[in-house]
Amino acid sequence: MTEEFSIFGLVVLLIVLALAIVRLTSLLAVTILAGAMSFILATVYTLLDAVDVAFTEAVVGAGISLALMLAAISLTTRQEAPWQRRPAERILALLVSLASGAGLLYATLDMPLLGDPASPANLHVAARYIAESPASTGVPNMVTAILASYRGFDTLGEVAVIFTAGIGVIALLRRWRKGEA
Amino acid sequence: MNEFILVRVVVKIMVPFILLFALYVQMHGDYGPGGGFQAGVIFATGIIVYTIVFGIGRAVEAVPMSAVMAMVCCGLILYAGTGFATMALGGEYLNYSVLDSADPVHGQHAGIIVIELGVGITVAGVLTAVFLVFAERRARR
Repeated sequence: MTEEFSIFGLVVLLIVLALAIVRLTSLLAVTILAGAMSFILATVYTLLDAVDVAFTEAVVGAGISLALMLAAISLTTRQEAPWQRRPAERILALLVSLASGAGLLYATLDMPLLGDPASPANLHVAARYIAESPASTGVPNMVTAILASYRGFDTLGEVAVIFTAGIGVIALLRRWRKGEA
Repeated sequence: MNEFILVRVVVKIMVPFILLFALYVQMHGDYGPGGGFQAGVIFATGIIVYTIVFGIGRAVEAVPMSAVMAMVCCGLILYAGTGFATMALGGEYLNYSVLDSADPVHGQHAGIIVIELGVGITVAGVLTAVFLVFAERRARR
C-alpha cells in the first residue's frame, strides 16, 4: 500500500515538474529539471521492481542526456528566444494536445492491469524464463540472461543499430583532414 | 567551463570513479542490475564530462579519435564474432553452450559476459565519438 502511495506522489511530482518545464524560459533550468524528472521516473521503476529499466533511465535520462544538453547549452545560449503566438494558434495547439491526450487515455483502457498474472505478456514465455534461466545460463540476473542469451539475436541487432547510427553521425559531422585515415 | 577551479577539481576527482563504476556495472551485469549498455553510457558520460570541463584538446590527448573509432567497430565485431565462434565449435549462431564442452551452463555464462563486453565497447565508443565530432566542429570554427 505504501508503494502505491509513493508512486502516486512521485507521479504528481512528475506532472508538477513537466508544468514547470513548460513555463520556464531558462534552458539551463529546463535541462536540470528534465534530469530530475528522469531520476523520479527511475525511482518509480525501482518501486515497480524493474531495476534494470530504472538503471537505464537514470543513466541515459539523467546522465548522458544531461551531459549532452549541457554541452549544447554551453555552445549556444542559456535563454529561450522570446516568441509570441496568435490566439488562434494557441487554441489549435491546445485542441491538438487535448485530442492526443484523450486518444492515449482511451488506448490505455485496453491495456491489462499492472502486474496482472493473466495478461498475455505473462502467459507466453515469461514462465519458462523464470523457471529455467538461472539453471540453464548460470546468470542470476534474469534480465541479462534473457537479453544476452535467449534473445541474443535481438541484442545483436540493437548493437548494429547503435553502430550504424553512430557511424552515420560521424560520417556526416567529422571533418576529414588530408593524410588522416 | 575551464575557468571555474571548483568544477575543475571536482571533475578531476570524479572522472576516475565514474569510469571505474562503468567497469563495475559492466562486469557485474550478470549478478546485479545493469549490463553492457548501461556501462557503455556511464563510461562515455565520464569522458564527455571531462571534455566539457577541460576542452577537446586535452580530451583527445587522453582518448584519441582513432581509439574511439576502433571501439565503435571492435564491440560489434566481438559480438558477431562470438556467434561465428560458436558456429565453428559446432553449435548454432550465438548458442554459447558449446563454448565450454564440459559444462554448457558455464559456456552460457562465459558467452553472456563476452557479448555484454561487446555491447559496452560499442555503446561507449559511439556516444564518445558523436560528442567528440560535435565538439571538434565547434573548436575549429
